[in-house]
Amino acid sequence: MFNLNKKDLSLLIIVAVLTLFAPFILNPFPAGSAMAQFNAGYPDLMQRFVIFGIFAIGFNILFGLTGYLSFGHAAFLGVGSYAAVWMFKLLSMNVIPAILLAVIVSGLFSLLIGFVSLRRSGIYFSILTLAFAQMMFALAYSVLTPITGGETGLQLALNDPRILGVSQTAEGNIPVPGLFGLEMRDSADLVIGGWVFTFNVGYYFCALVLLASFYLAIRIFRSPFGMMLRAVKSNQQRMNYTGLNTRPYTLAAFVISGMYAGLAGGLMASMDPLAGAERMQWTASGEVVLMTILGGAGTLIGPVLGAGFIKYFENIFSKINDNVLHSWFSFLPDGLEDAVVFIIHPFIGKGWHLTLGILFMLVVIFLPGGLVEGGQRIRSWLKNRKTKDNGSASHETNPAE
Amino acid sequence: MSILEVKNVGKRFGGLQALSEVNLSVKENSVHAIIGPNGAGKSTLLNCLVGKLIPDTGSVMFDGQSVLGRAPYEINQMGISRVFQTPEIFGDLTVLENMMIPCFAKRDGAFELNALSAVLSQKDILEKAEHMLEEMNMADKRHMHAAAMSRGDKRRLEIGMCLSQEPRLLLLDEPTAGMARADTNNTIDLLKQISDERDITIAIIEHDMHVVFSLANRITVLAQGTPLVEDDPQNIRGNPKVREAYLGESA
Repeated sequence: MFNLNKKDLSLLIIVAVLTLFAPFILNPFPAGSAMAQFNAGYPDLMQRFVIFGIFAIGFNILFGLTGYLSFGHAAFLGVGSYAAVWMFKLLSMNVIPAILLAVIVSGLFSLLIGFVSLRRSGIYFSILTLAFAQMMFALAYSVLTPITGGETGLQLALNDPRILGVSQTAEGNIPVPGLFGLEMRDSADLVIGGWVFTFNVGYYFCALVLLASFYLAIRIFRSPFGMMLRAVKSNQQRMNYTGLNTRPYTLAAFVISGMYAGLAGGLMASMDPLAGAERMQWTASGEVVLMTILGGAGTLIGPVLGAGFIKYFENIFSKINDNVLHSWFSFLPDGLEDAVVFIIHPFIGKGWHLTLGILFMLVVIFLPGGLVEGGQRIRSWLKNRKTKDNGSASHETNPAE
Repeated sequence: MSILEVKNVGKRFGGLQALSEVNLSVKENSVHAIIGPNGAGKSTLLNCLVGKLIPDTGSVMFDGQSVLGRAPYEINQMGISRVFQTPEIFGDLTVLENMMIPCFAKRDGAFELNALSAVLSQKDILEKAEHMLEEMNMADKRHMHAAAMSRGDKRRLEIGMCLSQEPRLLLLDEPTAGMARADTNNTIDLLKQISDERDITIAIIEHDMHVVFSLANRITVLAQGTPLVEDDPQNIRGNPKVREAYLGESA
């Protein structure tokens, strides 16, 4: 089905199930319970999971396949956001043209930046992309303020033209992004017992885009083009002496991953119609590198897992504060309670970066293949145990035969 | 009829004149060996033929067309394949994938944005690669990671990859360097078989006289960046100039 082999198809189905049932999966604890703060099933965060998943899938096409480590991919995400917001300002609040323009504009930018940066490889390539991204950030932040809104960011206004839409709604508000009448912010709640599950239009729109992006990534991975990209990573010298020009291959990979970033940026603006320069900063570029490596560079599902993992930590761990800790450990004697809270304190709240950093180090050292390698190890361990059991069982039955 | 014509090629690196006035003519369907002591300029000459270096003077014509100023991949597409001193293969890919890549390069050219069709649906390429693996006697290793193979197998794979492009000229840079005697003999047999069975010209740079005299039907001796003599193997053996270049005047 879909021209995929069995293994890839089951991977696609897993991702489809995970994303479509995310409101249930991410809300395992009843609302109002002590564990409710570990729930991640609210629209805003779920949208972010999926959008950064798309971003990381695209980044992985460049980094995972060709081995070219770009440190400037957030620039394309930012460009996509700006393009989408401009579309909302000038054309209409429909998300389709906004996202299309975001993808096209980020594709053009990545063509230009890739063309220059890909003249070098290795660390020089990384530095070039970083330099470009920081230049674009600086431009967006100050020089290009008329286009980008500078420090305050680009926002919608009541007097925007919106040729195909309305400048303001009947109530005098700024219209919200939608898809042919479906508003992105619309949600429906399902209450079962103590649980509350929220189904949000914007989230499901992003989820469908993620599935399409993931499917496209599988096709690219399994195509002759994908094989050539892996060959670039493996041995460029042999490529050149096998009659293959590596430059257009790497450039195509760069542009494709830049367009994925633009798609993510466009979606981000569609969920919340504003764009700021901080989206293009180098920390944002570094984040997608972390996501890809943490999940497993070069694997299909790794970047999606990595993106979910990091965004979960960012949003959930950063929300735990000392008060929460005290309530957790209130069963301990006072002195001990304070001591435990004191020890955990640096790892939560604003210190979540520390937790993330430690986890990242552990993964890189013990699981160089990322979370995917962890999963594979667990599976092969289970398999071994199973075959061992079977082996001893068949051994016992042998004499009877 | 010569397929490769090198005329008056010179190359200087700073103060070192690596090549000067090199003239060389490789006849079609011959096995032409280029020998010489260390530092004679053999590898520099080879790099000038494949586009890695551009000579300062002279011309290199392949089948009537100049190769100078062309990128290595363009020269390869003209019909020159190169085997490296240490086997250059795609270590992270499987043996079968290694063999498929040159088949794609032959069919689709230097670049093809074939991003939506599956590799496994390319029946012609698969068939050709499988066939080549069988010919190289490594069909049983097709799903192995290429990097995990022995050096002899890597060399075999590399030669097979070059052959699957159906090149007109195969350049080999010391193909048996660092090999055990048995592997060396296997490689000699393989190359002999290739030159007998195929419509192909082989130019080989080699240190090992055993390899040279088992394979070559024409030999050029290079010394200090200039060809000393070009002749048939039996005449090279007894040539005093060659002895001098290799063993010093006292010999």
